[in-house]
Amino acid sequence: MTEYLIRRILTAAMIILAMMVIVFFGLNLIGDPVYLLVDPSANQAQIEEARRHLGLDQPIWTQFWIFVSNALHGDFGHSFVFNRPVFDVIMERLPATLELAAAAFVIALSVGLPAGLYAGLRPKSYLSRLIMGGSIFGFSLPSFWVGIVFILVFSVTLGWFPATGRGDTVSVFGIQWSFLTWDGLSHLFLPALNLSLTKMAIITRLTRAGTVEVASQDYVKFARAKGVRGPRLYIKHIGKNVMIPVVTVIGIELGHLIAYSVVTETIFAWPGIGRLIITSILSLDRPVVVAYLMMVTLLFVVINLVVDLLYVALDPRIRLGSVQD
Amino acid sequence: MFSLQLRDRGAQFARSPVAVLALIVLILLPLVALFAPLIAPQNPYDLSQVTIFNGRLPPGTEAFDGSMTYLLGTDEAGRDLLSAIIYGLRISIGIGLSSALIGALIGASFGLLAAYHGKRVDQAIMRIVDLQLSFPAILIALVLLATLGSGIDKVLIALIAVQWAYYARTVRSVALSEMAKDYVAAARSQGLGAARIMFRHILPNCLPPLLVILTIQTAHAITLEATLSFLGLGLPPTEPSLGLLIANGFEFMLGSEYWISIYPGLALLILLLAINIVGDRLRDIFNPKLEA
Repeated sequence: MTEYLIRRILTAAMIILAMMVIVFFGLNLIGDPVYLLVDPSANQAQIEEARRHLGLDQPIWTQFWIFVSNALHGDFGHSFVFNRPVFDVIMERLPATLELAAAAFVIALSVGLPAGLYAGLRPKSYLSRLIMGGSIFGFSLPSFWVGIVFILVFSVTLGWFPATGRGDTVSVFGIQWSFLTWDGLSHLFLPALNLSLTKMAIITRLTRAGTVEVASQDYVKFARAKGVRGPRLYIKHIGKNVMIPVVTVIGIELGHLIAYSVVTETIFAWPGIGRLIITSILSLDRPVVVAYLMMVTLLFVVINLVVDLLYVALDPRIRLGSVQD
Repeated sequence: MFSLQLRDRGAQFARSPVAVLALIVLILLPLVALFAPLIAPQNPYDLSQVTIFNGRLPPGTEAFDGSMTYLLGTDEAGRDLLSAIIYGLRISIGIGLSSALIGALIGASFGLLAAYHGKRVDQAIMRIVDLQLSFPAILIALVLLATLGSGIDKVLIALIAVQWAYYARTVRSVALSEMAKDYVAAARSQGLGAARIMFRHILPNCLPPLLVILTIQTAHAITLEATLSFLGLGLPPTEPSLGLLIANGFEFMLGSEYWISIYPGLALLILLLAINIVGDRLRDIFNPKLEA
């Protein structure tokens, strides 16, 4: 187990290093940042001065080393647009994104799991066919398009939910949260639902496939024969075993939610890091772009690691297998 | 033998009326896109045919000089939306399909290489594939577009880069099971070269699952391109795909001029649903063990 853990952490570190190389050298390929920063009327001497001041006269490997060691200290430099440390700019927007992703996650699970379980247990019923047909819509529809339709229907036409922003927030431990106020919740609902739809479809299909497979196993037949029925059969005997593959995918999907929040946040003007990265790419605010990509990569790697460990914890077969190794 | 199999599978496909309808749509839409200049009521990018005086007219309105009726209304520049959609369809399908095909070519080659050479080559390729597939497509596209800059070629590169790994994984798994069959041993014993065995003997047997993936990936590529264009990171305004048309209309939607955004969106929706329904049906029929 320890060896497995060490190997996984080393792989994670390699991925982060690879991302640093790609982002750092990629951004250096598309142009000399000096010209973005100095006054267009600057003369050659002033440009050289700025270059020296920014450390851009150093060899590229030295620059890379400085970038890596600063990044490891959470120092990504100053944003060109906000003129503040990038780390602070991202950190004050991160809670909004995490809140949105978590809300979408809860919606996707609370609809997807029961729907998939039902469709798996009664594959021939009309409701099951409706569920499976609906799930095709769920992952065929581009999420930005669904968001637009939501705004048109629920905000513009029906006026049930506000279309933009986060609403009233409550400060807990110095962080602003929307879900604690009624106004905040009403702002959160549409974007969260929008973000959750694709995941809901995937979770539904996966749960259904797992249920169909598990329901035909001997131990389920035995449990039925023993007289186990109702929620006990569905949750304890079937549900638990369906969960093993579902958990892996769910974990990965959680990371995807944060990445795809880029789209939802742009549509609903949700003030999180997703909207920040798009505006930063468009305004060439490189330090923010670099920092965002690094942090999301880190988040991903950590999530993947946790999912793998969770998988081992859930499935005793893997745990026992690794002990025997 | 093969044609008999094909006829069986065609009959199987036809048993689902929804899938047949989707297939008809899927044949019609690319034809419409291909013959856009002949079908569209106007050339939406010919400035002599478009004036700002006809801007943001609701569906069914006549042009101010009575020259034509705008069935789906006009956008903010006075372009006939129906024509813009037909031309947009052309760009969306073109980008989606070409990136999927190039991605398939690259991915299939790496998949074959991995399966054929095994060991170190296999490990190296599959490690990169697994790594890439653990990241969401949009994140990889963002990394590439943020570092490469924007433009139609950059978008194409990004779309290919996010797709190749799916093909590589599928082709590798099918090729591995093909490798164990007698015809490969026979080809080897004849002394045929590795490239010839891979592409002429193994690859044709990997085609059915490859076709399924190709269908689904084309839909993914079209969606991703539309999303990137909507975010302002995709195609330039001179080549408006459906995603860009939707984005252009978005700002007017809150002012109840819904059609500028909604109709291009419906076109995109019909296209994607048709591809996904056909892809789903194909997968059921060929039933390869695919993880989409």
